[in-house]
Amino acid sequence: MIGYIIRRLFYAIPILIGVNIITFALFFVVNTPDDMARAHLGVKRITPEAIALWKVERGYDKPLIINNNKTGAAVLTDTIFFDKSVRLFVFDFGRSDQGRDIGYDIKTRMWPSLAIALPVFLMGLAAYITFALLMAFFRATYVDFWGVVMCVAMMSISGLFYIIGGQYLVGKLWNLVPVSGYDGGIDAFRFLLLPVLIGVVSGIGSNTRWYRTIFLEEIYRDYVRTARAKGLSELRVLFRHVLQNAMIPILTGAVVVIPLLFMGSLITEAFFGIPGLGSYTIDAIQSQDFAVVRAMVFLGSVLYIIGLIMTDISYTLVDPRVRLE
Amino acid sequence: MPFKPVILWTDALVFVLVAAALIFAWYVRRHEHLLAPWRRVARSASGMASLTVLALFIVIGLADTLHYRLALPDKGGERIYAVEELSVLDAVVGPLRTQKEKTYSAPLATHLYAKETMELPGGGQARDYPRLKFGGAHLGDPVADYASDILKRTVFGITGGAVLWLVVAALLSALIAGRAGNMGAAWRVIWRGETGVQWRAVLITFGLMLLITGPVIALCVKYHVLGTDKVGQDVFYQALKSIRTGLVIGTLTTLVMLPFALLLGIMAGYFRGWVDDVIQYAYTTLSSIPGVLLIAAAVLMMQVYIETHPEMFETVTARADLRLLFLCVILGITSWTGLCRLLRGEALKLREMEYIQAAHAFGVSHWRVITRHILPNVMHIVLIAIVMDFSGLVLAEAVLSYVGVGVDPSTISFGTMINNARLEMAREPMVWWSLAAAFCFMLMLVLSANLFADAVRDAFDPRIRSRVLNPKQLEQRLAAASRRESAA
Repeated sequence: MIGYIIRRLFYAIPILIGVNIITFALFFVVNTPDDMARAHLGVKRITPEAIALWKVERGYDKPLIINNNKTGAAVLTDTIFFDKSVRLFVFDFGRSDQGRDIGYDIKTRMWPSLAIALPVFLMGLAAYITFALLMAFFRATYVDFWGVVMCVAMMSISGLFYIIGGQYLVGKLWNLVPVSGYDGGIDAFRFLLLPVLIGVVSGIGSNTRWYRTIFLEEIYRDYVRTARAKGLSELRVLFRHVLQNAMIPILTGAVVVIPLLFMGSLITEAFFGIPGLGSYTIDAIQSQDFAVVRAMVFLGSVLYIIGLIMTDISYTLVDPRVRLE
Repeated sequence: MPFKPVILWTDALVFVLVAAALIFAWYVRRHEHLLAPWRRVARSASGMASLTVLALFIVIGLADTLHYRLALPDKGGERIYAVEELSVLDAVVGPLRTQKEKTYSAPLATHLYAKETMELPGGGQARDYPRLKFGGAHLGDPVADYASDILKRTVFGITGGAVLWLVVAALLSALIAGRAGNMGAAWRVIWRGETGVQWRAVLITFGLMLLITGPVIALCVKYHVLGTDKVGQDVFYQALKSIRTGLVIGTLTTLVMLPFALLLGIMAGYFRGWVDDVIQYAYTTLSSIPGVLLIAAAVLMMQVYIETHPEMFETVTARADLRLLFLCVILGITSWTGLCRLLRGEALKLREMEYIQAAHAFGVSHWRVITRHILPNVMHIVLIAIVMDFSGLVLAEAVLSYVGVGVDPSTISFGTMINNARLEMAREPMVWWSLAAAFCFMLMLVLSANLFADAVRDAFDPRIRSRVLNPKQLEQRLAAASRRESAA
């Protein structure tokens, strides 16, 4: 299995190179650094000197891919491509366009993100699977029918309205918890309660429906009939036999997002003023901080690929037939 | 000509899309095996009800797609056209667009939302809520006449709606009864839901829609039905304009994505070997970048491009329109991977089929095998993907606009409506109507799209076994099955 993981990690390299080239093309070829400087400085302050200074300050004053003014290895290393893209491979994110150390920011800001995303993920998974199993238990009755109707209605509401409505009801009308903000330590609980709750509720519609289809695929199989014929109770059939056999499709969807939990959620963090990576990205987008967005794109891809490998490993845990070699 | 038609980029593509849909419909009508699943859609009550609602949205969206520029008053010499692009929808709802108040006013209000210092006629000043310039301006005494006027208009609207409904119902009965048929009998058939197309569901939905739109139309002539926003613009008008943006994003994105997904997916599955490797590498790479971040990065770059090339865009509308198109293209490029993967799998399966091996044996070219044998057999997957993606894209637009990487701020969309209204949550008392309007319109659009997508999927997907049956239907099925068994 270790050999398999190492091989998979090697497979990840060409994909990361591809991601790197895409981001490089997007950020430096579609628009030249001069264009970015102009957009950043605003119309009124554009002078050639200002643009040159802007580029020097951020290290954008070098040639894109090949530097003909240098000799030896510096022909390739003293370029924007090497500085801004190749260095990402060793997680050297460099400085943001505002001059802050991106690596340090990521290290400090990922914990608040995780503090929200992890509870949302775990509680959500438990809640959706339970609801879906209940609907599978009551399949082809009015409980199931209206459950599906509720799910479709809930997934038709934009996530923005869950947040706005939740903030208004719980925070403003009932004055239970603060509407937004964040604090370290034990105090964080008060601030996390509402975003976690809203995160779980806003996912009910689509997720419950998705798990319900998975369970209904399983529920008509022969082993279920056998289990019932043995005289097992319907609940035991559902929660032991069906759930265990439905684990593969569930894990496929769920495990891959675990590493991405570090990245947080853009919308939730922006609305609740939580200093995580999600709001970091939003701030970067709104202030047009290209370095940060570039770093986040790369980080996101790395985490996604780790998630894919974890998914494969998780299969071996739930299904003894799966062997990774 | 008093006006000059203008075809913006998205308009042109919408027209292409409509033409394609019409050709597709004409083609399907002539082929019974293609028509069969659509008959199943027509038999589904929820599908037909949601299609009725969608039809209203589509009509509004299409009316908003026919753009033109008005001619300015003639000053001799050549004719000059206004820079502002209007649409047929703007012309139809005329006063809604032009009747701007000063600032916020509540739905159906006659006075502004905030107190102002006013000059009294006899000299001196007072702080009070000023009358609106247009909302309820026809009332002599707003306090005394208000309730009766609202009631009168509502009743008028409902009556008008009822009359229209009766006319439509009668026409439909006559149509179904045919030339010599009995209209009463036809009506009973409709009402028992025994027609091949679920006309009952259509009529009930249509009736409910008239019940709402009738009074709204009667009231919106003289009032701001959903209030006004910060700059005094009618919120109902904004909601109507948002429909087109939502529809354009939901449909054009698919139009952009489809060629990539179809061509690459089928090629990967059909040719295998190095073609498969390259295409798999491309979509694995693209899909490993988290969607929102890739979209954000691409839109950010597009913003820079637009800002540094202002000379490319003649009018503000043209710029906003091109930005909308770019957004569709970006969303399309980031979202083709899912469908591509599905199509690759299906093509892998199909290429081993006997009829395709037979085609190979006869020396049929690859291109012909793909177009004649593979493409028609993956169309159901494509169709399901199109209808399923639509609602997600409408929802995504709102989120992206909130993040700041959505449509141009000057484009009216659900996202910009929510974004502007969100800042007013903190006001005391709260300005809730903009949010409520965006919520209701979006919910109606997305909900009906979701229901219609479910109906289409149920009709087209051969694997569907776990359909939602209500207990009565289930009972009927079981009874039919046991009858068959006992007969055998």
